[in-house]
Amino acid sequence: MTVSRREFLVISGVAGAGLALSSLGIDMGPVKAYAQELKKIDKMKSAKQSTTICPYCAVGCGLICSTDTKAKTIINIEGDPDHPINEGALCAKGASLFQTTSNNSDRLKKVLYRAPGSDKWQEKSWEWALGEIAKRVKATRDGNFIEKNAKGETVNRVEAIAHIGSAALDNEELWPLQAMMRALGLVYIEHQARI
Amino acid sequence: MGSNAAANHPISMKWVQKAKDNGGILISVDPRYTQTSTKADIYAPLRSGTDIPFLGGMIKYILDNEKYFKDYVVNYTNASFIVGPKFDFQDGLFAGYDPKTRSYDKTFWAFEREQDDRVKRDDTLQDPRCVYQLLKKHYSRYTPELVSSITGTPVPDLLKVYEAYASTGTKDKAGTIMYAMGWTQHTVGVQNIRTMCMIQLLLGNMGIAGGGVNALRGEANVQGSTDQGLLFHILPGYLAYPRANQANMEAYLKAITPKTAEPMSANWPQNLPKYFVSLMKTFWGDKATKENDFGYGWLPKLDAGQNCSWLNLFDAMYEGKIKGFFAWGQNPACSGANAHKVRQALGKLDWLVNLNIFDNETGSFWKGPGIDPKKIKTEVFMLPCAASVEKEGSISNSGRWAQWRYKAVDAPGMAKPDGDILVELFDKIRALYKKDGKFPEPILNLKWDYVDAKGHFDPHNVAKEINGYFLKDVKIGETEYKKGTPVPGFALLQADGSTSSGNWIYSQSYNAAGNNMARRKKDDPTGLGLYPEWSWAWPVNRRIIYNRASTDLNGQPWNPKRALLKWEEGKEVDGKKQPGKWVGDIPDGPWPPMSDTKAGRYPFIMKPDGLASIFGPGLVDGPFPEHYEPLECPVPKNALSSQFTNPTIKIFSGSMDKHLTCDPRFPFVGTTYRVTEHWQTGIMTRWQPWLIEAQPQMFVEMSEELAKLRGIKNGEKVKVSSVRGELEAVAIVTTRFRPFKIGDVTVHEVGMPWCFGWMTPKNGGESVNLLTPNVGDPNTMIPESKAFMVNVTKMEGGA
Repeated sequence: MTVSRREFLVISGVAGAGLALSSLGIDMGPVKAYAQELKKIDKMKSAKQSTTICPYCAVGCGLICSTDTKAKTIINIEGDPDHPINEGALCAKGASLFQTTSNNSDRLKKVLYRAPGSDKWQEKSWEWALGEIAKRVKATRDGNFIEKNAKGETVNRVEAIAHIGSAALDNEELWPLQAMMRALGLVYIEHQARI
Repeated sequence: MGSNAAANHPISMKWVQKAKDNGGILISVDPRYTQTSTKADIYAPLRSGTDIPFLGGMIKYILDNEKYFKDYVVNYTNASFIVGPKFDFQDGLFAGYDPKTRSYDKTFWAFEREQDDRVKRDDTLQDPRCVYQLLKKHYSRYTPELVSSITGTPVPDLLKVYEAYASTGTKDKAGTIMYAMGWTQHTVGVQNIRTMCMIQLLLGNMGIAGGGVNALRGEANVQGSTDQGLLFHILPGYLAYPRANQANMEAYLKAITPKTAEPMSANWPQNLPKYFVSLMKTFWGDKATKENDFGYGWLPKLDAGQNCSWLNLFDAMYEGKIKGFFAWGQNPACSGANAHKVRQALGKLDWLVNLNIFDNETGSFWKGPGIDPKKIKTEVFMLPCAASVEKEGSISNSGRWAQWRYKAVDAPGMAKPDGDILVELFDKIRALYKKDGKFPEPILNLKWDYVDAKGHFDPHNVAKEINGYFLKDVKIGETEYKKGTPVPGFALLQADGSTSSGNWIYSQSYNAAGNNMARRKKDDPTGLGLYPEWSWAWPVNRRIIYNRASTDLNGQPWNPKRALLKWEEGKEVDGKKQPGKWVGDIPDGPWPPMSDTKAGRYPFIMKPDGLASIFGPGLVDGPFPEHYEPLECPVPKNALSSQFTNPTIKIFSGSMDKHLTCDPRFPFVGTTYRVTEHWQTGIMTRWQPWLIEAQPQMFVEMSEELAKLRGIKNGEKVKVSSVRGELEAVAIVTTRFRPFKIGDVTVHEVGMPWCFGWMTPKNGGESVNLLTPNVGDPNTMIPESKAFMVNVTKMEGGA
């Protein structure tokens, strides 16, 4: 544990008794943990707080994110005690929401492409990937466009492209998403509600 | 019943506990003794797939013992309606069935009508063809003994549940149900829920505080994504999707807009044309004009009867008919029933676009178990997205509260909010179509200005568009509204193109008062926990829908101690009586109570006849729920009729669409569920060390009796298989599962979570959907993941 001078003062001021005992050979673990907590509390004082709603089930519990304004990372997420649904309580998933943020090293951070027959990903730019997807959408759409059905009725639809998703998106994203897919002529539009 | 709230919606359980503290009785009905069961006053087991007999028996109990709320049933439901003479029910089939098409002609179930086209009624409920009498006849067969021989629930347990629940059929009591996928994922899923709706109507538990039929929805915004029309059959706001035989807007609107001859029915859906035209104005902006049918022709049309739902989608993909695929924030390689078929289907695509915050079994399907990447030609684009706290916008919970979330930080690395990705993608597609392309009009004419000054996706901009605007200066009544101001709510939307609204049910969410979804005021004037100024609920901030049913015909609350709504007569001012008003929750419309036979309206305003449907002639599989066995079941016949399975389900018949019933190779009922620590396929939670430590691997729960039968010890590795696939799991031998007595036969059931997949954690196990059948409910096509047949065997060296 590295301790800055300021932190040392905090520890010695608040947890002085613990430090004194440590010199007698008593386990320092709890004191160190306490110091870590203090470090967090100290950080929390300068942190920006924002509210959010849990992204898991649809009970709709409120949470508070604390963001270190200098490092621009989330340092803590906990239940929102003012929220009338959960009154600060959270389940195991909600209480672990912190591990979905950038502190989880497994988060996808790059645009990846896998070529036909390849056994690996290649890193790509957004510009390239979205440009290539746009080309494929157009080629598939134009090559499989259905103007009329068997009865001769006008349908102007595309059955060769399908879309699923997503209940994980915000309402404001979902509206334009469905509009875009329908403007392209898609009819296979589905999501989690069906399963 | 149909949910295990304590494990899967844990915070909802906080309020169940509170109700218990206030003297409430908790009943838990589940094949397994769950975490919820441990908190219950009454627990009753039932075999998966037999909810209709269980609940049908309750209907019989309520009617036989006259436990129903008579004033409510007569005045607020269609119990008194006379059903036409063509209606019949014989040996498991309703009238109008055509075995060739496996479908019903629903005209056989139509109500009888007066000369003025109003439905014929008998308020004494004595007419043998009135709904009440038909209901009584239909469920007279569901005796406790017969029910018990189907469900495996001991008769005393059945009666205990019936008695306790039926006691809520009084003015001063409320009963509610919390259900989830335990009810939907069946070939009788919709009818499971309808049976409970009927019970709630008989007991007067709809539209009241503490009542209702509550879907505990499993995704934070699955309510919102349904509201916004991310399903093949609906546009935003539940407008039916246009069909090819509706050649123009007039034909479409005529088909979707219900009419009524009943003067006391509000028939709110008569306003749908206003909502559709306003929707088209949001879709196409100025390009939607009266002359071009407001852009109706630019919407793709489904054929009449065409069904593009999930199971059909993956069937078409498996058949090679789908070339390109967006899997946007979803993991079908693990979440799709009969997941082997889904995984095979992905390999038949030309291209796949997968968007997520973590790597997953769908985006990486080409390197999954048993798959040789060299043989997979599918190109895959994996796009990294922002997590929930890295963007701003609203989500809608199970109670229809749209709640605003704020952005805390930027997404890591190259990850971006989905909103930015979709805007940039469509910009690129549109640029291509500016040059050339098939039928470019809808692509070029879509209104697409959802970015801020810096070019970033702007959720406030979209939220306001969803709310809607006045597009011209208009005068409505005495009030003038200027062009460009937000509409106050959907009551002011117009069918002439003078207003826009991306989703009529969300109109009022973001208006002149500001972003109502972001509100955080905790006043609770009714004391019922409605919190009317906390966030915003659709429609029009109404917290409990059909709430006028919580009052008597004079608008006075059935239960004054828990008054949700109350009609107050107007005072006299200068010798003139002022109009009265509703006080409490936002009422289902301003009309006075029903005792005013001129201006009053029936409470169920979304039903054409204004009354709630105990008889429901709209579903494809019958106006009354009837028991059919799951497609895969452990019994050789249906004890209630010679109709074994639901006669209207679609049975796929390709090489991967296998199913087996009553086959000795797969002798045990299998079911699926979730655990608190994982979510859905585990796509987010399996990457989190804290949660993986708590729930590390696939397991199968089984009774001590079954374990003994198979020589399996607690903690041993076992193989679970169905005709479609197999997986390894750790055996949990437990008394939570007990064998069922089904007639003379002992039936064993096992249960597995569905949150695992091959990608992570290492040796964590596979998705249970490798086992589940791809057969769906005939109304919704939601797969039957809750009842199928499996085998469990000990693995060599499996200790």
